[in-house]
Amino acid sequence: MKTSIGTEVPEFIEKKKGRGKLKPFEGAWTRLRKGWMDEPTVSLPTKAKMPHASKMEKDLRTAIEKANPRDGMTVSFHHHLRNGDALVNRTMDILAELGIQNITLAASSLSAVHAHLIPYLENGTITEIWTSGMRGELGKAVSAGKLAYRAVIHSHGGRARAIHTGELSIDLAVLAASAADEEGNATGCCGPSAFGSMGYAIMDARYAKQVIVVTDHIVPYPCIPISIEQTDVDYVVKVDQLGDVGEIASGTTRITKAPLDLRIARLAAQVIEHSEFMTNGFSFQVGAGGASLATAKYVHEIMKKHGIKGSFLLGGVTSYVVELMQHGLFQSVFDVQSFDAAVSSSLFSDRNHIEISSDMYANPFNCGSMVNKLDIVVLGALEVDVNFNVNVITSSEGTIMGASGGHCDTAAGTKLAVVVCPSFRSRIPTIKRKVQHVVTPGESVDVVVTERGICVNPIHPHLEDRLRTAGLPIRRIQDLHDEVDAIVGVPDAVSYNDRIVAVIEYRDGTTIDVIHEIKH
Amino acid sequence: MLRHTKKRRSMLYIPGNNAAMIQQGGVFGADCVLLDLEDSISLAEKDAARILLKHAIPAVDFYGAEVVVRINHQDTPFGYEDLQEIVPIQPDGLRLPKIESAAEVLHVIRLIEKIEDEHHLPHDRLTVEAMIETAVGVENALEIAHSSPRVTAVAIGGQDLAADMGITLEHGIGSLEYASQRIVMAAKAAHIDVMDTVFVDIDDEDGLRASARRARHLGFTGKAAINPRQIDIINEVFSPNESEIADAIDIVSAYKRHNAAGVGVFALQGKMVDAPVVARAMRILNLADIDADTL
Repeated sequence: MKTSIGTEVPEFIEKKKGRGKLKPFEGAWTRLRKGWMDEPTVSLPTKAKMPHASKMEKDLRTAIEKANPRDGMTVSFHHHLRNGDALVNRTMDILAELGIQNITLAASSLSAVHAHLIPYLENGTITEIWTSGMRGELGKAVSAGKLAYRAVIHSHGGRARAIHTGELSIDLAVLAASAADEEGNATGCCGPSAFGSMGYAIMDARYAKQVIVVTDHIVPYPCIPISIEQTDVDYVVKVDQLGDVGEIASGTTRITKAPLDLRIARLAAQVIEHSEFMTNGFSFQVGAGGASLATAKYVHEIMKKHGIKGSFLLGGVTSYVVELMQHGLFQSVFDVQSFDAAVSSSLFSDRNHIEISSDMYANPFNCGSMVNKLDIVVLGALEVDVNFNVNVITSSEGTIMGASGGHCDTAAGTKLAVVVCPSFRSRIPTIKRKVQHVVTPGESVDVVVTERGICVNPIHPHLEDRLRTAGLPIRRIQDLHDEVDAIVGVPDAVSYNDRIVAVIEYRDGTTIDVIHEIKH
Repeated sequence: MLRHTKKRRSMLYIPGNNAAMIQQGGVFGADCVLLDLEDSISLAEKDAARILLKHAIPAVDFYGAEVVVRINHQDTPFGYEDLQEIVPIQPDGLRLPKIESAAEVLHVIRLIEKIEDEHHLPHDRLTVEAMIETAVGVENALEIAHSSPRVTAVAIGGQDLAADMGITLEHGIGSLEYASQRIVMAAKAAHIDVMDTVFVDIDDEDGLRASARRARHLGFTGKAAINPRQIDIINEVFSPNESEIADAIDIVSAYKRHNAAGVGVFALQGKMVDAPVVARAMRILNLADIDADTL
């Protein structure tokens, strides 16, 4: 069956728990319009602890053994440790040693370090994956068909929704914290492995049937601040190290010096300046990628030039974004994920730097998450097609290598979604007739900015007029596509087998696209 | 096309053997791109660079930027070969390095025109820029600037000139003040453009801005850039500000009214406006992409 943007998705798909019916994507806002959802809300698990009973366990294996591990269980993790994470691999090692099979791995995202898990895909320990993204060899392994059932690629808001509705039912959440007390109150913003916000872990802690907090830094009760509350936590484990501290959070994110990224960023900032949305009190989100973050630098300059003061900054937060607040250009930062070490101290000490859950950040099935209040977001892309659909998940070779993240959430919520990308990378076009896989539908993408010009979605003629009047280099996206093809040629199409290895969920739970097994 | 321009505020140096940079040369907003066959190309790469430019220049869209090729000096084994390959493809201009006299310019132009004749090409399309990089060249700047109508710009080559003078530029280019002024004055006398030398510290934005402001103050038309990150700053410095544009609009508008009434000199807000003032205002409008006919 076809989605409303023309992608082909099957009516049913093989899941661990039998055949599952897929709902095709029917529009970015279609399902939200009526104001309530038909999906159920799962109740929070009911638990009990005796007064003064200890939650401390001597090691992770003991805690896992007490958490009733069993075949077919779903185990969840957050990805705030990024590529420094050792907890996912260690937990899966223990579960494999215990002989647990047929596990659903539900990590909010997976990094290159998780290539360690590939043998567990091959031997049936892990048979299903829910995640926002997969980097490195693990993504290639899933694309090559090594997972028994399909992976589900979700957005950050979509994950919150899936947990909230019970579509993703977590049996055990194993949550890393950079500091915790013996009752399980936990934070990510202090301690030797501080990584900042624990925004993606909060839903897991709330809804999982069993919760283990793992930390390398036990603090006297009570841990302050509290990101994960003791009322949700069953067990606490102290380990020597959470992972590779250098990879967990290192230094500050620097603004790129790459001329091409800076060129794109300057154009993107000019788009923002001349849109109608950059006014006093506007809200803003940028990613940590080269051109995205550099856009913040130019927006900073424009705000100073015009004396504009913004309201809040949202999302994945870098130290540069924190500086924008510290310079008085924005009132507050709402932080679901911190990208560098320098952010942790601000989150710890600045009352205007506020940690939020993925539910508050981007869940479409509540009474309004913060993405709904965004005025402007700047997003990256691996590919954009002539209908403004964006792929941020698969490489030019068709393998899973990126992450859905908050891309489709913020694009849907904001007033102005600006996608920044080079028109081609090396010899591979970024602007394509059709993207390999759609993560964010074109109807929610307003402007695409490349080094070779700016493409405004034709559904916004008023915006195009404004930008053209301002003297910006406006192009038809079809013309830009033709030019890029003339420069680098049209790559051969990727060959896929019929088998579906991953389903790409839109934030509302519908299926926007599927990823097939790579043909070798 | 992103834009069309004949302004010469910024000129981006690109090594002639770097296909990736050539391909992106036009996207950074430089008014001119200078595709180099000379100093940035090693001896072993000279042929490869020449062949690459021969094919790339007609194929790549530079989005209206002026395309200039810096060839090797005619005293080298590569200079004439550069002309033979590059003149037939007719970029917008050729930059001649280490020019020391008018005779030298005229010699190269004769070679250019011989090749143009062989290919049935006109003599009025390809422009020539003379780069002054020696003490002799500085002293002969006026005759160089006046040497041919095909010479539309001169440029100061700061690094080579400092070497020729036996000085270093570690503390700015103040020691090239005389050379800069002499070359600028020669260009002004010949009514042609004059380009300032590069600023080599690509991470020093404040230093670049100060250097560009000094060049503009001296009378340079524009400045060379060795990194695309320098272009925006150079363009900004060499562009008129809002106040200058507003004044220019007032002057040209008033001039058109008075000229229609047969008055050549008039007063505007208590200041005399005559032909030179109008000419300057017209230049500002051109830099601001404002068509005087629309006023």
